[in-house]
Amino acid sequence: MSALLEVKNLVTRLRNGARIVDDISFSIRAGETFALLGESGCGKSITALSLLRLLPDGVVRAGGTALLDDIDLFGLREREMRAVRGGNVAMIFQEPALSLNPVMTVGQQIAEVLALHQGMGGAAAQQRSVKLLAQVGISDVTRRVAEYPFQLSGGMKQRVMIAMALAGQPKLLIADEPTTALDVTIQAQVLQLLRDTQAASGMSLLLITHDLGVVAEMAHQVGVMYAGQIVEQASRTQLFAQPLHPYTQKLFAALPHAARRNQPLVAIPGSVPPLGSIKQGCRFTARCDKAWSLCSEKTPDWTVLEDGQGVRCHLYAADAAGRDKGEGIRVDAAPRFAPSPLSRPPSLLQVKDLRVHFPIRKGVLQRVVGQVKAVDGVSLEIPQGRTLALVGESGCGKTTLGKALLQLIPPTAGSVQFAGRELIGLGAGELRTQRATMQMVFQDPYASLNPKMRVAEILEEGMTALNIESNSAARQAHIDTLLEQVGLARSSKWRYPHEFSGGQRQRIAIARALAVSPQLLICDEPTSALDVSVQAQILNLLKSLQQKLGLSYLFITHNLAVVEYIAHEVCVMYLGRIVERGTAEEVLRAPKHPYTQALLSAVPRIDGARGERIRLEGDLP
Amino acid sequence: MSFVPVMLWSDALVFLLLLAGIASAWYVRQREHLLLPWRRVATSSVAMVSLLVLSFFLVVGLLDTLHYRVALPEQSNGKTVYSPEVLSVFDKLVTPLRAQTEKTYSAPLAVTLYAKESTSDASGNILRDYPRLRYGGVHLTDEQQRDGDVLWRGLTGALVGLMVGLAIVFGSKRWLAQRGWPLRALLIATLIISALIGMTVNLAAAYHVLGTDKVGQDVLYLSLKSIRTGLIIGTVTTLVTLPLALLLGIAAGYLRGWVDDVIQYVYTVLSSIPSVLLIAAAVLMMQVTIDTHPQWFDTSASRADLRLVFLCMILGVTSWTGLCRLLRGETLKLRELEYIQAAQAFGVSSFRILTRHIMPNVMHIVLISLVMDFSGLVLAEAVLSYVGVGVDPSMISFGTMINAARLEMGREPMVWWALAAAFGFMLVLVLAANLFADAVRDAFDPRFNRTEVVT
Repeated sequence: MSALLEVKNLVTRLRNGARIVDDISFSIRAGETFALLGESGCGKSITALSLLRLLPDGVVRAGGTALLDDIDLFGLREREMRAVRGGNVAMIFQEPALSLNPVMTVGQQIAEVLALHQGMGGAAAQQRSVKLLAQVGISDVTRRVAEYPFQLSGGMKQRVMIAMALAGQPKLLIADEPTTALDVTIQAQVLQLLRDTQAASGMSLLLITHDLGVVAEMAHQVGVMYAGQIVEQASRTQLFAQPLHPYTQKLFAALPHAARRNQPLVAIPGSVPPLGSIKQGCRFTARCDKAWSLCSEKTPDWTVLEDGQGVRCHLYAADAAGRDKGEGIRVDAAPRFAPSPLSRPPSLLQVKDLRVHFPIRKGVLQRVVGQVKAVDGVSLEIPQGRTLALVGESGCGKTTLGKALLQLIPPTAGSVQFAGRELIGLGAGELRTQRATMQMVFQDPYASLNPKMRVAEILEEGMTALNIESNSAARQAHIDTLLEQVGLARSSKWRYPHEFSGGQRQRIAIARALAVSPQLLICDEPTSALDVSVQAQILNLLKSLQQKLGLSYLFITHNLAVVEYIAHEVCVMYLGRIVERGTAEEVLRAPKHPYTQALLSAVPRIDGARGERIRLEGDLP
Repeated sequence: MSFVPVMLWSDALVFLLLLAGIASAWYVRQREHLLLPWRRVATSSVAMVSLLVLSFFLVVGLLDTLHYRVALPEQSNGKTVYSPEVLSVFDKLVTPLRAQTEKTYSAPLAVTLYAKESTSDASGNILRDYPRLRYGGVHLTDEQQRDGDVLWRGLTGALVGLMVGLAIVFGSKRWLAQRGWPLRALLIATLIISALIGMTVNLAAAYHVLGTDKVGQDVLYLSLKSIRTGLIIGTVTTLVTLPLALLLGIAAGYLRGWVDDVIQYVYTVLSSIPSVLLIAAAVLMMQVTIDTHPQWFDTSASRADLRLVFLCMILGVTSWTGLCRLLRGETLKLRELEYIQAAQAFGVSSFRILTRHIMPNVMHIVLISLVMDFSGLVLAEAVLSYVGVGVDPSMISFGTMINAARLEMGREPMVWWALAAAFGFMLVLVLAANLFADAVRDAFDPRFNRTEVVT
């Protein structure tokens, strides 16, 4: 098979000269899936946008060629390029809700593509749209075709996006994080749809993702990107059997897994270097534990091994033979985390039959016509010093439950007892004294810190509000120890939050919660906005804090790998109710409830074993 | 003593604002992290040039705010009697402009009136011609010399201004460079402004640079006097709107519930009443009060001034709704953010959340919309003066200028200079304020607010 898309030495840079995409070459064969894997900010999306010549303002392509079926994409005139976009190459984006026009019906939007690229109009286009929607697995098509995007669920919107992309009968489909915004079960459906479509139409797929699991399920060839360069390129089987580049190896090691429960995850220290900051040498040097002097002096060349696997690392250059290539990751022999004792400690938080209902009001008089039962009769217990994971898909009420426990949302009924003391119905004053015992770490580290306050002020706020530490000198000293605890420099005290990376911000958020010495931390998806390597840092931090301070966690998440790694007990939540509860071992190894089983089988596994799938049809009601 | 200082109500408010400005500047100077964004403002050339222009307006406005009354030569019962006319330091500085009034309209830099008049010469023949002005260009024996004289005076004036500008520039160059301020832009702006001022001063000594109005008053003088009125309408009104809009807006957005309902109803009702009607009613009531209590005022200036202050209040009370609505919307968005919830989880009081978390994060909207409103307010004053409920007719303002010029726009040949002067001055003032506010907003954007480079 010849290559459908051949990209050579692609360079894209900012106007000030910083290179975002630096000398990238790869090729995709017809009918094949090529995955670009990398953390946020490493230039994956810009690569795709460069190919379509849709770069944002201030970013320019500075070299390289891209041949699609022997047509030079960069040599075409803009008018010809428009025929290529959507015609030969189609693209689907991460956020389906933002990529559909809210004031046009689904049918109209597909018909627009048909009119542009197939010259179809009127009834023919109408029929074709219906057919396309049916092809992407949308039920009740004749009704859906006349509906607006807001009437569709997230998964359905992404299906519509795929239908739109297919309308031009593209030879290449670029999918930029197509499932990142979707739930696991929906993700499984969409990935299956992409595979089926590919099999049926023989198109190629350029898949951009940060998720090793998705790569394992979808890709034929994989390119691992780091700081604007492809550092390793191999077939899927090769890559998963034997990752070569230290960065790839660490990415694998950073994944949380049940087998690594009692040891810290191999976190990659630091974060991706800022654009254009490294002029010479390997870009991974600062974070690589196998780096030696050559790494920071000379930029490694692209080395292709006998079996076709390519890597950009001095370890594999001809003259570096004999160095420790570190196959497999060295793991410290002694587990750093003591395994938790088997006996169950007394419970710290007891929740009985908690309900949170939101009234639906209608009419002039705002009469209550119904209730949204966000949390509907949940009971759970969190033992002292243990972690309870609350697992569920978006919209199942897990965040509402977390906020109801903190009394941020008033519960409708039920009881929440903290260390034997009932929290529901406390007066404002009594509640304030209880606030110090339970704190929350939020999902989005970019929204959870006030951009106009400095770190010290953020950390001090809780102490001031709850009268912890009498004078300001004691508070400042406490802030210093807190920063040390979460692994930040003391000098970061007087900086603003935007000066920190996502992982560092999450550390600040954890320090803020710890400032009032709580016994229970409610962590609401604390790592879902972070990259894998940074996620490992945060999980390690949370585990070591639990060991040191004896904290209990209520860990709200949809990521089952994280649950396996961190949780002692698991509750699975579905539509406001807990459908299964037990120790992590029990629930994840031998799930009883059909929903748990479906959820577990939907998670992409990096071992590449495609087990029997239990497919959930449709969306959350 | 040959004069007595007079403190009008609006003067007091201006000084209060000035004091508040100085105090907050002093407060910020003590705190490095608050000073930082202002330092960044100082490195922006647009900001500094517009600040230079603004400060010219401010100086004129402030000089015009220092009021006094001169002593009359007569005495009554051994006591000094002061003139009923209230003058300002600015009036004193430009006495010739103020005092040299012509009979009626004359075009900019003209030596004759704008309309022909019948005059009789010594032998009793009646001539119909453009009569010479009383002051404008009297030193010329022949009208034909005017062009050359204007050119000469303009050039020498500009040259002298340029020299003074250069002196200032060389005096302050090192000082500016030390602070990293935008040297070139500031120097060029200083030179242009000083040349313009030099030219105007030199020409104004012999001509009416911007012509004269219906009663022969110098339009340049009127425009400069209008600056104070414009600034007061803009700033004092803001003083009334800001607390109302800010407090009510964020309280409604954050607290929701009945507080939100009450505030929303108030501003919906207020903004559905035609504001001109409301203002007219209030101003007329106030006018009646003023007229029935002449004993409260010892000069006509203080009466006009009280009316101005009240106009500001009323404008303020009717114009806070737009900003309030905007802030309520923004707060609705902010209150769902996680840092607000984190603060709630600490049991931080609502008042503190409002002042510490929400207020700083809506300030960019406040800043921009206040400056935008500024031009709107100056224009509103013009409209109200047209309806007859604006400032006191004896008070010089852009509004009264435009209102007077409006009648002459339909006349042939057209009297355009009064309108053009008001337009030009307002344009420069509002544009400078807008550009400055824009630069300030950019500098306060936390994304650029780096204390040091993080590696």
